Amino acid sequence: MRAQIAHRTLRTDRWWLPPLATFTGLLLISVYAAVRTFMGDYYWVDEHRYLTPMYSPCLSQECLPGAAHFGRPLPALPGVLTPPVVILPFLLGFRVTCYYYRKAYYRAAWLSPPACAVAEPHARYTGETRFPLIAQNLHRYFFYAASILLLINTYDAFYALTAGFGLGNVVLLVNVALLGAYTLSCHSCRHIAGGRLKHFSRHPVRYWMWTRISKLNARHMQLAWASLIFVCVTDLYVALVSAGVIGDLRFID
Amino acid sequence: MGYRGHFRVWRGDSSGGGLEDFTVEVNEGEVVLDVIHRLQATQAADLAVRWNCKAGKCGSCSAEVNGRPRLLCMTRMSVFAEDETVTVTPMRTFPVIRDLVTDVSYNYTKAREIPAFQPPEGVPPGEYRMSQVDVERSQEFRKCIECFLCQNTCHVIRDHEENKEAFAGPRFLMRVAELEMHPLDEGDRVGAAQSAHGLGLCNITKCCTEVCPEHIKITDNALIPMKERVADRRYDPIVWLGNKLFRRS
Amino acid sequence: MPELERHSFDVLVIGAGGAGLRAAIEAREHGMRTAVLCKSLFGKAHTVMAEGGIAAAMGNANPKDNWQVHFRDTMRGGKFLNDWRMAELHAKEAPQRVWELETYGALFDRTEDGRISQRNFGGHEYPRLAHVGDRTGLELIRSLQQKVVSLQQEDHARSGDYESRLRVFQEFTVTDLVLDGGAVAGAFGYWRETGRFALFEAPAVVLATGGIGKSFKVTSNSWEYTGDGHALALRAGASLVNMEFVQFHPTGMVWPPSVKGILVTESVRGDGGVLRNSEGKRFMFDYIPEVFKDKYADNEAEADRWYTDPDNNRRPPELLPRDEVARAINSEVKAGRGSEHGGVFLDVSSRLPAEEIRRRLPSMHHQFKELADVDITAQPMEVGPTCHYVMGGVRVDPDTGASSVPGLFAAGEVSGGMHGSNRLGGNSLSDLLVFGRRAGAGAADYVAGLATRPACSAEAVARAERVALAPFEREGGENPYTLHMELQQVMNDLVGIIRKADEMDQAVKRLEDLKRRAAALTVEGHRQFNPGWHLALDLRNMLLVSECVARAALLRTESRGGHTRDDYPRMEAEWRRKLLVCRAAGDGVEVVEEPQRPIRPDLLELFEFGELQKYLTADELEG
Repeated sequence: MRAQIAHRTLRTDRWWLPPLATFTGLLLISVYAAVRTFMGDYYWVDEHRYLTPMYSPCLSQECLPGAAHFGRPLPALPGVLTPPVVILPFLLGFRVTCYYYRKAYYRAAWLSPPACAVAEPHARYTGETRFPLIAQNLHRYFFYAASILLLINTYDAFYALTAGFGLGNVVLLVNVALLGAYTLSCHSCRHIAGGRLKHFSRHPVRYWMWTRISKLNARHMQLAWASLIFVCVTDLYVALVSAGVIGDLRFID
Repeated sequence: MGYRGHFRVWRGDSSGGGLEDFTVEVNEGEVVLDVIHRLQATQAADLAVRWNCKAGKCGSCSAEVNGRPRLLCMTRMSVFAEDETVTVTPMRTFPVIRDLVTDVSYNYTKAREIPAFQPPEGVPPGEYRMSQVDVERSQEFRKCIECFLCQNTCHVIRDHEENKEAFAGPRFLMRVAELEMHPLDEGDRVGAAQSAHGLGLCNITKCCTEVCPEHIKITDNALIPMKERVADRRYDPIVWLGNKLFRRS
Repeated sequence: MPELERHSFDVLVIGAGGAGLRAAIEAREHGMRTAVLCKSLFGKAHTVMAEGGIAAAMGNANPKDNWQVHFRDTMRGGKFLNDWRMAELHAKEAPQRVWELETYGALFDRTEDGRISQRNFGGHEYPRLAHVGDRTGLELIRSLQQKVVSLQQEDHARSGDYESRLRVFQEFTVTDLVLDGGAVAGAFGYWRETGRFALFEAPAVVLATGGIGKSFKVTSNSWEYTGDGHALALRAGASLVNMEFVQFHPTGMVWPPSVKGILVTESVRGDGGVLRNSEGKRFMFDYIPEVFKDKYADNEAEADRWYTDPDNNRRPPELLPRDEVARAINSEVKAGRGSEHGGVFLDVSSRLPAEEIRRRLPSMHHQFKELADVDITAQPMEVGPTCHYVMGGVRVDPDTGASSVPGLFAAGEVSGGMHGSNRLGGNSLSDLLVFGRRAGAGAADYVAGLATRPACSAEAVARAERVALAPFEREGGENPYTLHMELQQVMNDLVGIIRKADEMDQAVKRLEDLKRRAAALTVEGHRQFNPGWHLALDLRNMLLVSECVARAALLRTESRGGHTRDDYPRMEAEWRRKLLVCRAAGDGVEVVEEPQRPIRPDLLELFEFGELQKYLTADELEG
């Protein structure tokens, strides 16, 4: 029989603050992303060749011709659907199955647990043992997909440089750098690069990669937030320039 | 220097109990365990507390201080304000014996369920050769002092007694990882991690890492790598398809 | 009154530290049904506190190392008072015991070529200590614990019961051994949790209870170290040797008060740390004794070169044997050159880069950061001597660990002789393994050779029960905490690191007084997890053992190793031939002189004549 203590927790610190902040942050970003996705406009600045990462690659018929760097192989999308819905499952899949985000939303949204040593409200708990959460094990396939999208975003950022150099280019480059660091620091990447080996000493190059990625991996949470927020910043910047609300600050034309 | 501190200590046993208030002398440089000992010597001679080395090396004096799982001997009084009430309770996840002492036999049961180190065949003692880089990962896990704070804080069993049967807990999943990464261990531990030891119940919310007094990165370095190994083995669609097609088990 | 809980085994091991677990593993592997009884939880024994390493002449770091060199170092460290046969077995078998740990799953730090790395330590001529950072004791206890579990898994596979042949009873205290016609028949004690009694019937008992440090005020020892095994052996009729030799580790924490005494590993010095007084002087150069002059550097430049070039330079004096360093620190503090809190400074921050300190001394870094708020990569530590180890213990047969009582065996710190008058760092963990194994085998052989099993008589059990319950029966006596604190003060002040005849006389008298008061002490409350009662029963053991220490120390009129007399500051060759043996007599103890066995000639030949002259008498040298 356990000690009978009525309090749900005896923690005296503000333990509810981090999950609340996480929840609010994730909610705001989701709302923004949803609005932008279904807006279906202001994702391309023809003059400076800026393409927001949220619409890249743009593959369906309704894409603006300039924004479709890889052609428009897909037919027009029905109803309210917009080009990002094609790539969104992969981007979302990568973030949703990410080991950091899992911790974040299990705690903040599902309260399982809300904070350490604070009782969770659920009567039953099966963790990631059954559908749908067992699908979290697919993280590494989303990692592969996200890596491809990252390459495309990188291509976009460099392609934009062929039209001169402005603040928007800096924003796009910083964005791919952050996305790159976040993707590379992923636990699956760490595992594939070297973590899965039993004998590091027999694979010096992979061991070296593993040590580097491990260093980045220690910052996975910070990179997850930084890259997520910056994708929105990048998108907002492109949208504002595209809508003519602001002009791009040009360094070289 | 010294001051009169306010303490609330859970007292009782499996039949019931509650928080009792004490006012007790606190001196510079002391830890919570010192104050508990002072209570024993001056006000509550039969206050039960488990302790041993008093230097954070044996992991005996695990309890909860202001609701946080901690070692009593490593919680300095200086982290509390002088007018703050310090609440000391037993670990919640395990059955209480008396006062701050809990029955931690769950952990010893789980320890037995992990198959032991399987030494390499045909390598006599004295001939073991291992590189430092190959032993370092497991060495981190062997820093574990078995205070069972990670087991105590893990919501999988803290909030769900019924999961105890299926779940080895962070400490022993880490033991599986330690053997899996041991350069000379010949056992195959990946399948059992998921099926026998309940790795799938872990939702990597990292509380084990947060409370570890040895600062072992339990989640990042043991649990997630084990989950990735399980994914290698079980959730790789290509491997899965191959197994289906060729009827391998 | 509920019926007494009874268990029956072939071999009982009391204590679950390194020696106890190794003994239990050996007894079980000899086919004996074995039980381990321990006061703490399984895996928490004091062995976890050992930091530096396990001394074993594997020759991985320096191929010149071998058992003969290790034997020589051990004898020198013990000032030739060691039981030479034990020192010989220890030096010869330690490497096998370390290698065996690897087969249990231990992961030591490695050399470049993948072998076990070995580090320098005080008194060892070559780098010899197998280690894991500075948490070697934890690695040892965990490896043995996991080996026990693995044997239990084998038994489970065979019989369906994990505990069919090897069982651990944790949080159980043995209060008395039960004898049958002078031979061991079992052990009686109580569950700490419930206070209920249990009787373990077994024809052989291995004592592996560790030391006696809790009788001293400033100590690195945990609460378990109350001399239980020493006292059980005395009461069963066995004798203790060398009890006057108590090692004060030179470097214990001195601040804050609540952690006073906690150990600062010798590896800090082995890895380059230096001792300075309040004037900033590296004072150890002033304290190199005559017998060590040719082995230790007399200037800083040479001492510093030694770390990189040990073959062509002499060692830094910080690495002198522990007794020398402890005395030196004591003198500096007494001369007014100590630190603010009555210690000296141990500095590694100016000697190694911060990153290297964190890597090599992680648990020291952690310990000072968490407990004293000192960052050892940036600041010196304040350290002072702390009671650490008792060289004395149950007198045993070196090969089997058998005491003079049939069926009673001892291994580890509770046994005596191996370390002579002073133990070298690192020789303790190897001692546990070598003699733990031997005692386990000795006990198993003894049981196998028995024609009939001894029986525990009802009277003997009733007597043990009466003694254990006595503190509850009395009224109006003192509280055990008060008496314990007084005992610690007496031992610390009067039989401490520097001793004098009049002070020890006083100590013996004070102990008599304490014994009388302890016989009348009162405990309140009930038997369930009652720390006051536990202390009252432990106190009985501490008082008995303390008396051995005080009486033996008073008799030995010389200074040697862990026994320093202010009134007899010299080491006397004549005393090397004498052992002080302690036995129970009446309600106390008596200490008598007995001759030391002469060292076997082939072992003597391992030393140069010049060195032997420092230790042996003229007529011994002639032979």
